[in-house]
Amino acid sequence: MNDTTITFEIDGIEVHGREGQTIMGAADTAGIYIPRLCAFEGLPAFGSCRVCTVKVNGRFQSACTQPVAEGIMVENDTDELLEFRRNIIDMLFVEGNHYCMFCEKSGNCELQALAYRFGITAPKYPYMFPADRNVDASHKDVFIDHNRCILCARCVRASRDLDGKNVFQFVGRGPGKRIAVNSRANLADTDLEVTDKAVEVCPVGAILRKHVGYTVPIGQRTYDHEPIGSDIEANKQ
Amino acid sequence: MQDTQDMKRIVIEPVTRVEGHGKVTILLDEENRVKQARLHIVEFRGFERFIQGRPYWEAPVLVQRLCGICPVSHHLAAAKAMDQIVGVDELTPTAEKMRRLMHYGQMFQSHSLHFFHLASPDLLFGFDADVAIRNVIGVAAKHQDLAVQGVMMRKFGQEIIKATAGKKIHGTGAIPGGVNKNLSIEERDSFLKDIDQMIEWSRGALAIARNYTIENLEAIAPFGSFDSNHLSLVREDGAMDLYHGNLRAIDANGGKIFDQVDYNNYLDYIGEDVRDWSYMKFPFIKSIGPENGWYRVGPLARVNACDFIDTPEAEAARQEFMAVTNGKPNNLTMAYHWARMIETLHSIEKIRDLLHDSDLQGTDLVLKGDRRPEGVGLLEAPRGTLFHHYRVDENDQVVMANLIVSTTSNNEPMNRAVTKVAMDHISGKAEITEGLLNRIEVAIRAYDPCLSCATHALGRMPLVVRLVDHEGNEVAKKST
Ligand code: SF4
Ligand code: FES
Repeated sequence: MNDTTITFEIDGIEVHGREGQTIMGAADTAGIYIPRLCAFEGLPAFGSCRVCTVKVNGRFQSACTQPVAEGIMVENDTDELLEFRRNIIDMLFVEGNHYCMFCEKSGNCELQALAYRFGITAPKYPYMFPADRNVDASHKDVFIDHNRCILCARCVRASRDLDGKNVFQFVGRGPGKRIAVNSRANLADTDLEVTDKAVEVCPVGAILRKHVGYTVPIGQRTYDHEPIGSDIEANKQ
Repeated sequence: MQDTQDMKRIVIEPVTRVEGHGKVTILLDEENRVKQARLHIVEFRGFERFIQGRPYWEAPVLVQRLCGICPVSHHLAAAKAMDQIVGVDELTPTAEKMRRLMHYGQMFQSHSLHFFHLASPDLLFGFDADVAIRNVIGVAAKHQDLAVQGVMMRKFGQEIIKATAGKKIHGTGAIPGGVNKNLSIEERDSFLKDIDQMIEWSRGALAIARNYTIENLEAIAPFGSFDSNHLSLVREDGAMDLYHGNLRAIDANGGKIFDQVDYNNYLDYIGEDVRDWSYMKFPFIKSIGPENGWYRVGPLARVNACDFIDTPEAEAARQEFMAVTNGKPNNLTMAYHWARMIETLHSIEKIRDLLHDSDLQGTDLVLKGDRRPEGVGLLEAPRGTLFHHYRVDENDQVVMANLIVSTTSNNEPMNRAVTKVAMDHISGKAEITEGLLNRIEVAIRAYDPCLSCATHALGRMPLVVRLVDHEGNEVAKKST
């Protein structure tokens, strides 16, 4: 990485980035919000959710992994891409058991906040109601509710790269893929601690601290007043 | 993952589905005389399974899905049970008063809604009046001021709920061991601005219910009426307390069956009977047995059971109410309406007093104690005593939930009321007249059962009445 400035366009607006920076990184600095779920500041990009999909010179790319390049034309806020992203959010909702109305993550949940930002009130696909998702509440301070996991791998990366522990990893393939812990038994048998970064990064209500649900009143939660992405858009000059 | 493999997942659908019809079956004997009437209510027992495996702090929010009409009552009853789970026996003054404010707000809006939308047409036009006028639209046309008051009173109660729970429906205000917010000065002042008007209108509604009862006493005395036991929470000094207290049961003459029972021991005093024709259980007082131990709950039972009310205007109204029956319990089904309006006035008096209490602006919101495996929470919901009982395992997951909702307790009384009405109006002819249909509707409505929730919008209660002969054949069917 060096200081050479790279100039390109997002939706016709001139944006400057540095070599090695991703499109998402440069857009953030410029105050242009590109929706995301698996990307998280401080974690290596993973590129799995595809919510950040943009078009670069007419081709679909994930903005969280694609590096900036001189003169590229990036499409972000277009009807086509909004529809594409909306469909992904819709599918994530029906794939799990997401009941916002009583979920303690409500108001702080990135998936819910994206649905609001995209104006989704009810998913257009049929609910799958998966019956094989369980709750692991064996740990005294933290629990996992697999009903709500969207397989973003933030916990996997945070535990490995920030906590140096490898508590979480994926097992299974395709529709059977899920998050597992690195022990033969339960979360309680791992060396996970409540202060671990891995506990903080979950975008949804799948990994949560125990005993503190609902302590923040409605009206003071992260997305009660401003839609998700507003903090980035505030960077706009 | 051995231990967690059997956790039940949550399926929302059966909980959110609302049964909108009351179904009544009237059984006839060989001479076409009424043997028995049965009111079928769909109850959400399945909920007690859905909550298994969920973390305990989720319960007060999750249980609100149980009922679209008094979610706040479930929210608070579950929170009270969860206070015990987290080892807290006494909340901070701010938490206790915020919860009370929420509860009185709920009582006020629920009673107002029932009175103006469902009951007032019966009371203003008489229950023999043409159904074409005897509805909330008829009230709006003839008594415009009343219709407006009903809407405004309900809104006031809902705003109180919003200020205490965060949302008008399905809020999060009560959490195990306390609450998550206090009342800001601005919120308080916005309520104080309207409080005198609310009290004034509550007096007016009370007068309508009182006058109706007194002026028509002769006609309504036998209507769907019968002697019964009454059950309610009362404060330690015998005062009415809608949010907290000990259990008291009295018989039809006011004799105490039990008194000042710690509700944690409710299972020693209350049993639940099962009948083959209904999914709903039939609770009864154990010392009397399932046959005669059934009891009424709700406004009538509460006004009958308490020794006094601790707000002056409601207490004056209670004394007048009790004088009608010479101080003995009032057992008239139609007296529910009057009792409900006494409670409405009591609730708004309580709200006024709370708004003047600076504890509501306190900042000590939550307490924590030592975790316990079991918790019971009771309160007096608008429709009557509400029981919540949970066991939580060492992983903090709910392993057992038992709920007795008010409409379940009033199950037998409503069946009796319908039977009484049917007996008085079917005499040897296997037909359902318009008058019978009307009267069944009016009798059930006096109890304000949850099944009316789907119908508040139009102020009509969809009802299907079937007549079944002694051989089990349906001989007539009619719906409203
Ligand atoms: S548990 Fe949370 S952070 Fe981990 S993969 Fe699932 S959704 Fe992502
Ligand atoms: S945020 Fe880029 S793929 Fe998930």
